[in-house]
Amino acid sequence: MASEQKTQIKQTTTWSAGPGCHGGCGVLAHIKDGKLVKIEGDPDHPWNQGRLCSRCLAMTQYVYHPDRLTRPLKRTGNRGQGKWKEISWDEAFDLIEEKMKNIRKEFGPESVIFSMGTGRDIGPWICMLAYAFGSPNVMFSLSGLACYSPRIAAVETVQGDYCILDAGQWFPNRYDNPRYKVPECLVIWGYNIPASCPDNVFGHWIIDLMKKGTKIITIDPRLTWFSSRAKKWLKLRPGTDGALAMGFLNVIIQEGLYDRDFVEKWTNAHHLIRTDTKKLLREADMGQEGSPENFVVWDQKREEPAVWDTKELEYKSSGVKPALEGSFNIRLDDGREILCKTVWSDFCEEVGRYPVEKVAAITWVPEKDIIEAARLYAQSKPASIHWGVPIDMTPAITPTAQAITNLWCLTGNLDVPGGNVISRFAFDAVAYALPGAKGVIKLHSKEADKKRIGADRYGPLNKFIWRAQTDLTFEQIFTGEPYPIKGMWLQTCNPLAGIGLDPKRWAEALKKLDFVAVVDLFMTPTAQLADVVLPSATFLEKDGVRTWWVPMQSINKAISVEDCKPDIEINFELAKRFDPDFRWNNIHELFDEIIKPSGMTYAELQQKGWAFPPEGHPSFPYNRFEKGLLRPDGKPGFQTPSGKVELYAVLREEWGLEPLPHYEEPPFTPVSQPELFKEFPLILSTGRRSPVFFHAEHRNIPWLREIDPDPIVEIHPETAGPLGVGKGEWVWVENWLGRGKFKAKVTIEVPPWMVMVPHGWWFPEREGAEPSLYGVWESNANLLIPMGHQGKDGLGAPIKHLLCRVYKVSKEEKDHEKET
Amino acid sequence: MRKKPEYGLLIDYEYCTGCYACQVACAQEYQWPAGMGGMKVIEVIQKLPHDKGYISYLPFPTELCILCTPRTRKGLDPACVKHCMASCMKYGRIEELAKIMADKPRMVLWVPRSGT
Ligand code: SF4
Ligand code: SF4
Ligand code: SF4
Repeated sequence: MASEQKTQIKQTTTWSAGPGCHGGCGVLAHIKDGKLVKIEGDPDHPWNQGRLCSRCLAMTQYVYHPDRLTRPLKRTGNRGQGKWKEISWDEAFDLIEEKMKNIRKEFGPESVIFSMGTGRDIGPWICMLAYAFGSPNVMFSLSGLACYSPRIAAVETVQGDYCILDAGQWFPNRYDNPRYKVPECLVIWGYNIPASCPDNVFGHWIIDLMKKGTKIITIDPRLTWFSSRAKKWLKLRPGTDGALAMGFLNVIIQEGLYDRDFVEKWTNAHHLIRTDTKKLLREADMGQEGSPENFVVWDQKREEPAVWDTKELEYKSSGVKPALEGSFNIRLDDGREILCKTVWSDFCEEVGRYPVEKVAAITWVPEKDIIEAARLYAQSKPASIHWGVPIDMTPAITPTAQAITNLWCLTGNLDVPGGNVISRFAFDAVAYALPGAKGVIKLHSKEADKKRIGADRYGPLNKFIWRAQTDLTFEQIFTGEPYPIKGMWLQTCNPLAGIGLDPKRWAEALKKLDFVAVVDLFMTPTAQLADVVLPSATFLEKDGVRTWWVPMQSINKAISVEDCKPDIEINFELAKRFDPDFRWNNIHELFDEIIKPSGMTYAELQQKGWAFPPEGHPSFPYNRFEKGLLRPDGKPGFQTPSGKVELYAVLREEWGLEPLPHYEEPPFTPVSQPELFKEFPLILSTGRRSPVFFHAEHRNIPWLREIDPDPIVEIHPETAGPLGVGKGEWVWVENWLGRGKFKAKVTIEVPPWMVMVPHGWWFPEREGAEPSLYGVWESNANLLIPMGHQGKDGLGAPIKHLLCRVYKVSKEEKDHEKET
Repeated sequence: MRKKPEYGLLIDYEYCTGCYACQVACAQEYQWPAGMGGMKVIEVIQKLPHDKGYISYLPFPTELCILCTPRTRKGLDPACVKHCMASCMKYGRIEELAKIMADKPRMVLWVPRSGT
């Protein structure tokens, strides 16, 4: 009993290394003699109500893992030789300062890339360090930035603010809040969410909703837990989501299942498009005094054009009855008469290009299922759509996301209880610079941003996503054009094993650089190629702040582990050394400034643990566009160029991209590559989630590895049979780029025409030095995926739909292995 | 005489997602080395007509399950029940749990050991 009393309990939030997710569970850390002895879910926390995932429950094995990095390491041999020397933090900081300042002096600050993976709470501090150094080149290291920011940017292009599934997460009493409504229907689009808690959602909220009666539609080529229980399961061909969304829109418009009121009142459906230039008609086209920012409609009452004033968010004349459909002759400034048609007419024409028969042929989903699913979604009130990363993982991400966004807008499900609810940073306090967010951490000058790789070329990167474009940066390391890249800082990021496509070329790229620093908690294949490796901390070992999205939460330091330092402290120290004008004296001062819009100090937030924005705040739902809560000017409407939901996206037009949603066949499919398909007759999809791993992490945690010990390829019995592949046999999955060795799970979870391999596999238990690099070249899905196939706007990558063949690992190969 | 079992674990396996939280919660609670533990999650994949299928998971209390006596004595839920991500496990007296079972299909009642 006496020892029991000595156990202290500390409340904190899980957003960081540890479980690795993007969620924000409340946990209670049990501490004895300064050591973590147990971790439990906080029963009072509104996010998880006491529940907790396997990864978080394994924290005692993670925190005190014998392989944990506990002191800074300096390379003593060649890169990859695995020879290291422990140094002090002072030595490490001095070394990094000297090396990086030398690069800055000789080549300019932009020559150092700040590479991140799943940044979690650390993303802002990576930006803070890069910006203090003077480099605009913070890079999310996945090809085409193909994880979440494309979707966010696409949605913001259409409706000005992002939105997510409504599970009542805005209220302390959640589902019991009288404002809240349980969605009647939820479309789970490309997601096996219980396994991952991605995108700032607790996956099991959906199970809560199912128990309350929510009907599920799943869109997934795989049989998942959800597709087992779905009312409708659409087993689509990977990469054809855009066509399916267009098919849904087709059914909804044809059958009149859309919310006409919303369309008329809140979208730019009435705005006119010139048929000669195929661009929106602007007030300036009709007269020189007109503004190029104002749009034009056809007033049916007066039978003349009327101007939509985008500053005032009203028509310039009163009593306008804008035409929704039709074509009209408009006289321009130069006297020409030009035929114009409404956005709605154009939109319906585009949607009309996707009759259900055609969509069925593209997606391989039977017509009947498409129609029934579209009806079920459109007729359920409210209904919500929750989508996963496969949407980002295709080059035509933006038109796909636009089509899906149009679905929730046209059915009147935007920002309504139980629909797709606008998600803003709690209290509008921004730490994590997601697309569109304006926060405390910024570059010193616009001038410095001019060097950001890809910003000049890709509209969304210029407007919303303050990152270097990954594929261009990667090439620039090899070409040195338009300027040389000399150094890389990698934090929350292990590209050789996880986030890097074409990973052998990543290894080459790292070796080309003059200086590479890695911050991590364990040695990784990537860290093996660094010059300095700095040991960082789990969420239990630091203070932090989480405002993405509601509630606002603090991460509260519960323990320390040897010489490990929280990422923010590492970056803070270096930022001070790099930037004589660095503004903050200590971390809490920075946190205070970040959460200032809430009216709270960081100390107050830590006292409370979490805080919900009050009613009437822009980060509190619902129907904010009606209440004027979304725009800085307080006018009802959206933060888009027209102030409306843009069925025809003005920004896309300005960027020289197709403004309407549509489908594009991905680059490596049976349809786009019939010749390659003869040689590689199976669709290769990658990246299915494991409940016990987060991307490339956790393979070294015994309780977790026990559950998912091997890299698995899922293969259908009808496919495995003729190949002579039995349960548990090792096979090669191969295409024109490379191959990987996986253990066969012969299962009906995948259709016969597809195999699924997980990503992120390396073997922490094996030799770390080259050539092994912890076996990272053995079962690495990314060896089969190229870089450089980003979409027209620099976003998206073909990660879920490639081609491959499968064959057994031969007896000789197995013998060879036994010998070595 | 052997003590009669009084308590059990009720599983609503319609909602068990196979998240393995229960398994790791038990391992943590009793610091079992990997390979041992009071709970093992089982996967069952059943092919259905019309190209469909159904995945079920089932948490199975092993020989090492002690029904969390040290916790339940203090009025706490067992570690696995407390953390179950789908809230699909319930600890209680066998008769009470059996009553709940009558309300809904896809349930199983485990009685891993005698006593509390
Ligand atoms: S993965 Fe989910 S359950 Fe685990 S810590 Fe993150 S949000 Fe919580
Ligand atoms: S009841 Fe306790 S001992 Fe039994 S499986 Fe659950 S956690 Fe383990
Ligand atoms: S924790 Fe609950 S949902 Fe997860 S595997 Fe165990 S019983 Fe199933």
